[in-house]
Amino acid sequence: MTDPSAGPLKRTPLHALHKELGARLVPFAGYEMPVQYPTGILVEHAQTRNACGLFDVSHMGQVRLTAKAGHNTAKALETLVPGDIAGLQPGQQRYTQFTNDAGGILDDLMVTSTGDHLQLVVNAACKDADLAHIQAKLSGACEIEPMFSRGLLALQGPQAVTVLSRLAPSVAGLKFMTGTFVVIDGARCYVTRSGYTGCDGYEISTPADATDAIARKLLSHPEVKPIGLGARDSLRLEAGLCLYGHDIDTTTTPVEAGLLWSIGKERRAQGGFPGAAVIQKQIADGAPRKRVGLLPEGKAIAREGAEIAIGGKVVGKVTSGGFAPTLGRAIAMGHVERSQSSNGTRVELLVRGKPAPAEIVPMPFVKHAYYRG
Amino acid sequence: MADVRYSEEHEWIRVEGDTGTIGITQYAQEQLGDVVFVEVPQAGRKVAKGEAVAVVESVKAASDIYAPVSGEVIESNAALADAPGDVNAEPMGRGWFFKMKLADKGELAGLMDEAAYAAFVKGLG
Repeated sequence: MTDPSAGPLKRTPLHALHKELGARLVPFAGYEMPVQYPTGILVEHAQTRNACGLFDVSHMGQVRLTAKAGHNTAKALETLVPGDIAGLQPGQQRYTQFTNDAGGILDDLMVTSTGDHLQLVVNAACKDADLAHIQAKLSGACEIEPMFSRGLLALQGPQAVTVLSRLAPSVAGLKFMTGTFVVIDGARCYVTRSGYTGCDGYEISTPADATDAIARKLLSHPEVKPIGLGARDSLRLEAGLCLYGHDIDTTTTPVEAGLLWSIGKERRAQGGFPGAAVIQKQIADGAPRKRVGLLPEGKAIAREGAEIAIGGKVVGKVTSGGFAPTLGRAIAMGHVERSQSSNGTRVELLVRGKPAPAEIVPMPFVKHAYYRG
Repeated sequence: MADVRYSEEHEWIRVEGDTGTIGITQYAQEQLGDVVFVEVPQAGRKVAKGEAVAVVESVKAASDIYAPVSGEVIESNAALADAPGDVNAEPMGRGWFFKMKLADKGELAGLMDEAAYAAFVKGLG
């Protein structure tokens, strides 16, 4: 993890634009990032769910892997992650995790094959550690190119397809978790149909010096408004998506985190990634705890760290909790003992010492609207 | 004439006779952002100056509201349960939190008047 207190805050290529737009800038993972714009988080959240929002996620780490002669990049990366990377066709994208020897999650990431390369997008707070990890383990097989100065824009919401296809018509045909190279405003960009909101939408990797012009161009469309990290968090929580360092960390395995779906069948059987023995045993026998959705009955918000109890006995802890603007009520997710984790289980969330009744529910809280063609 | 005083924790108290109405300031609501939940104290609760008596939650975080002076809570703004956004829209009007009977009006002297509070906020940058 980057120590946020080390050195001055870094800026993304959109720093000047954020200031112009009146953003409230806060330190986040070593960067000065917009948490919200003047309209506020609730308006930004609804804007994204109902129309289209533009997010600056340039703080995230982009890394390109290219095979050295006689080596296979996908096979090499599979020694660090449990996802099926060798099976990625050009243009396909997967979600996976870097695991440690105990099966814990060092970071979660997106991997896209462009045919010639693998492109990784990792969390901002982990990117230096991830890069060191990759360099230590994969330098023999791959050229490793950190692209930390590139821009990354997320265009999310039901109108994202309408807007982006005006600038790059080919993106309309992309399916969820696929990507392609396009030219936007004269700059060569890589676009994937993906995101962190549960909405349809895109992530656009841009050359650093073209990022500001492309962002301004996207914002000139009437459907698009700028969205900060505040709404990014409330959107991902509604979508039931994990936030690294909160819902998942080095002490959480992909099985405990409910991410087994992201581990390919062959890889479950064959292993060959850090912590495989632990993860395979959990797949066979069950993990000690499980990540679940929590729906409080009342209006009190149980936030990260709140204890989850049944009849006064603590069975887990809230890992993310907040107000769900789409639902107009509080929601949360947390880790609970597996024996108490079935949907419909009644629990109490301890909010400022007071028990707030809640129920374990399936996630997502708001239906995903991905475009699967 | 009602007299409005301010605390360094960005609460205001409007005093009429020996009763005070308490809420949070315009500056506080701007800093919090969209308010989505407010927990107000029950009538009859005796509170000491500086005690955490209410909670205001924005999308991002929960914040305590402190009693700017000592006394007894006599009424809470029940309407905030269904309309927490009133705190953003009218922090010194419909967005009030609770009313209290003051124990010692002398404590008001330790709070800021409007000009002093404006200067205090300005100093926060």
